[in-house]
Amino acid sequence: MPSRSVGRSVVRKEGRGKVTGAARYIDDLTFPGLIHARTIRSTIPAGEIVDVAFGFDTSGFTLVDYRDIPGRNIVALIDDDQPCLAERLVRHVAEPILLLAHADREALLAADVRIRYREAVPTYDATTSPIAFKTIAIDKGRIDQGFREADVIVEGEYRTGHQEQLYIEPNGVIAVPEHGGVTVYGSMQCPYYVHRALKVLLDLPDDKVRVVQTETGGGFGGKEEYPSMIAGHAALVAIKAQRPVKLVYDRVEDMLATTKRHPAVIRHRTGVKRDGTLTAIDIDAVIDGGAYATLSAVVLSRGVIHATGPYRCDHIRIRGRATMTNTPPNGAFRGFGAPQTQFAAEVHMDRIAEALGIDPVRIREINALRPGDRTATGQRLGRDCSALAVLRETVKRTDFKRKWRAYARLKASRCLKASRYKEGGSRGIGLSLFFHGAGFTGGGEVKLASKASLALTDRGARILVASTEIGQGTRTMHAQIVADTLGVPYDCVDVNAADTGQVPDSGPTVASRTCMVVGRILQRCAEDMRERLGRLTPREYLKRHGPLVITREYERPTDMAWDDNSYRGDAYGTYGWACDVAEIEVDRETWEVKPIAFTTVHEIGKAIHPVLALGQIEGGSAQGLGYALLEEVVMRDGRMANAQLTNYIIPTTLDTPPIDVVILENPYKHGPFGAKGVGEMPIDGPAPAAINALRNAGFDLREIPATPERVMVSEKQEPRHALHA
Amino acid sequence: MSITPIDRLEFIRITAAATSVRKDTKSGVSVAPSASVTRALALRVNGEAVRLDVDTRVTLLDALREQLQLFGTKKGCDHGQCGACTVHVNGRRVLSCLTLAVMHDDDDIITVEGLERNGVLHPVQEAFIEHDAFQCGYCTAGQIMSAAALLNEPCGPSDDDVREQMSGNLCRCGAYPNIVAAIQSARGRA
Ligand code: FES
Ligand code: FES
Repeated sequence: MPSRSVGRSVVRKEGRGKVTGAARYIDDLTFPGLIHARTIRSTIPAGEIVDVAFGFDTSGFTLVDYRDIPGRNIVALIDDDQPCLAERLVRHVAEPILLLAHADREALLAADVRIRYREAVPTYDATTSPIAFKTIAIDKGRIDQGFREADVIVEGEYRTGHQEQLYIEPNGVIAVPEHGGVTVYGSMQCPYYVHRALKVLLDLPDDKVRVVQTETGGGFGGKEEYPSMIAGHAALVAIKAQRPVKLVYDRVEDMLATTKRHPAVIRHRTGVKRDGTLTAIDIDAVIDGGAYATLSAVVLSRGVIHATGPYRCDHIRIRGRATMTNTPPNGAFRGFGAPQTQFAAEVHMDRIAEALGIDPVRIREINALRPGDRTATGQRLGRDCSALAVLRETVKRTDFKRKWRAYARLKASRCLKASRYKEGGSRGIGLSLFFHGAGFTGGGEVKLASKASLALTDRGARILVASTEIGQGTRTMHAQIVADTLGVPYDCVDVNAADTGQVPDSGPTVASRTCMVVGRILQRCAEDMRERLGRLTPREYLKRHGPLVITREYERPTDMAWDDNSYRGDAYGTYGWACDVAEIEVDRETWEVKPIAFTTVHEIGKAIHPVLALGQIEGGSAQGLGYALLEEVVMRDGRMANAQLTNYIIPTTLDTPPIDVVILENPYKHGPFGAKGVGEMPIDGPAPAAINALRNAGFDLREIPATPERVMVSEKQEPRHALHA
Repeated sequence: MSITPIDRLEFIRITAAATSVRKDTKSGVSVAPSASVTRALALRVNGEAVRLDVDTRVTLLDALREQLQLFGTKKGCDHGQCGACTVHVNGRRVLSCLTLAVMHDDDDIITVEGLERNGVLHPVQEAFIEHDAFQCGYCTAGQIMSAAALLNEPCGPSDDDVREQMSGNLCRCGAYPNIVAAIQSARGRA
């Protein structure tokens, strides 16, 4: 029996290629006769196209507009409302209208296209927008009764801004016309999303469209649905020109045109007893979908299901709305709605504690979900509910209570002695407790019906899945699961490219599902394969019986039930649990907030590869701190005004404090080796932890990012929470 | 019509072009001349003598990638803001997107492909694998080139010193803790 690889940090499958420069990303590839494409986009937020004029000699160019679309002019996803190329109506700045292509990139960039518009009045305020893409209601118990039982009611409104995924490799694809259809290579998370969108757009059958993921330089959700759009554009040009076409965005275009995290406005009204017990939670959440529906419905769904935070309460009412505005469509970003709603929940929780005069740890200990409790959707939690465990471990590890009191006392003395007011910095420590459901929401996994295959090879096995490696370690972690289940060394398992011509549809690489859901299907393939092998080695089996490929499909755990109409039931197979503590310092001259220490305890079922899991937690935490403190998308007249890295600031290594990570393991019975999802959860907690630390230091913020401007103003604000007995 | 006004890079390209800049009198916007000017260069890339005819508007980054097919050096922003395109010019680290190829006649250029010696990885490359100092890998060539240069730069011993010197290389995957650890271990070995 070879030594087990699960739980050990084996070498990444693609490690060497990435450090030697041999790994090939989309812009590193070329094809004979390749031409370059460019997207001509709207410059207005709302209106109609009147006419288009070309201020250049168009000979030698390939020009494509909506009339060149052989199938339906949509980016097929959920609502099918977004055109691949605008026909007449324009709903946002940077909406694609035309495509130009030429062999010479300089000529392409110099081409001058003039579009005249008839402008309409744009909508920018999501809370007053009359158009809703989706509304969701969750009701548990009787909210009126909950408020009657309350001694105190605490209210608050919380706001979160856009966030740009900012993968360092911009979006890009190459489309190659072949075999009467098209093959698209590209940087992407979900080859089968692209495959489906292309079939609809081009009116082609399954076998005439092939999608191949190339090495992908980060995604974070930003390459979940948007690649379907770019692939469509490149494919249209390739088919018209009958030449390979490269369409790679530059940084500015990527930031202006592609999806971002949904901004949100979330209102809480909470009933609580004097002893700290929650009696009623009433939440109203609005997320800004931008101009088209894209994934807003499902982002909202995950958002509202997580909106209470990991707390128990008998009476809950949640209302969620995703509305339309004339800004570029928002879409998937790691966390998918949960970072917004849990930001609100966790900042609100500190304000509840403050209103009651108890500390932030105590309020959470009283109300944290425990095994056997029911969530907002009525899901009964199993033994792998670890909210209290992560809370206690984090508090102990950070000496939280003592520091929290000490900083609070300092703040009080600062207020008394105005003369010391300006001296030095102010420090604070803050905490957040959060959870994250792994896999698609509700009946999503059943609908996806994902498949995975395993092919026997001479040395062991080859994995065939559509799950993509985007840096998180898919190939490595899947190979570990298969190696240990099959009983072969890790090195004897290899991983096929995510190529729709070769691998089955394992669903998208999103929603923290790649390990827990797809990994489990692979594990079942490997179990079957081991049985088929019996006492034979792979080589012996192949000699005697010929090729062996085993394919298995997702099986819903029999103890899961969900009703999409009432929003009741088991929203997720299971949840991960985590607690963050951030310590910050405010510079009293520049009002910059510097995180000086960060601790997080994550319960993730089982760390298949501890170093990869740590990497996910550290990276997600860094992005979460950026979301909290630095990253502000400035929208001016519907256009991102700071679409470059000099003024849209993401954390550098200097902005990222030492991150102390503890992983706890409380196995999920349906996960491979007990694993739950891990990719998204780390980004849910840093923002509320940092903002609660600011509260501890004397700054009352209800909105992120906590830019110097907001921090400066927030100190003067009187506490605004409504209190009545 | 482009939605991007003339940016800094465009500006460099235009002003560096040997031919005069044409001014569109109606809009008052300067536009790049359509005629290209090429220059012959002789330089050393990864230890080998290379002769190149470059368009005077072309950055070192594009010349490396498109003319020499050295795709290891990445373009993350093309504006000197991310560090993904870092290479060594005469032993110093340089953002190859911010310098024109034509300026490097006679120079000695090392890219990530040139770090390996006879199949043996550079200590920084080894350390990056050992410490899993990357995730998606797109910033990695730039991180490694910065780190390899750092080994020969004055840099204090602490992690914070390393952070300071590496702060021009963005990693959105947030592999920073492992990057710092990898560099510290490579420094110990070097
Ligand atoms: S590509 Fe040169 S710094 Fe970003
Ligand atoms: S490894 Fe992905 S950006 Fe650094």
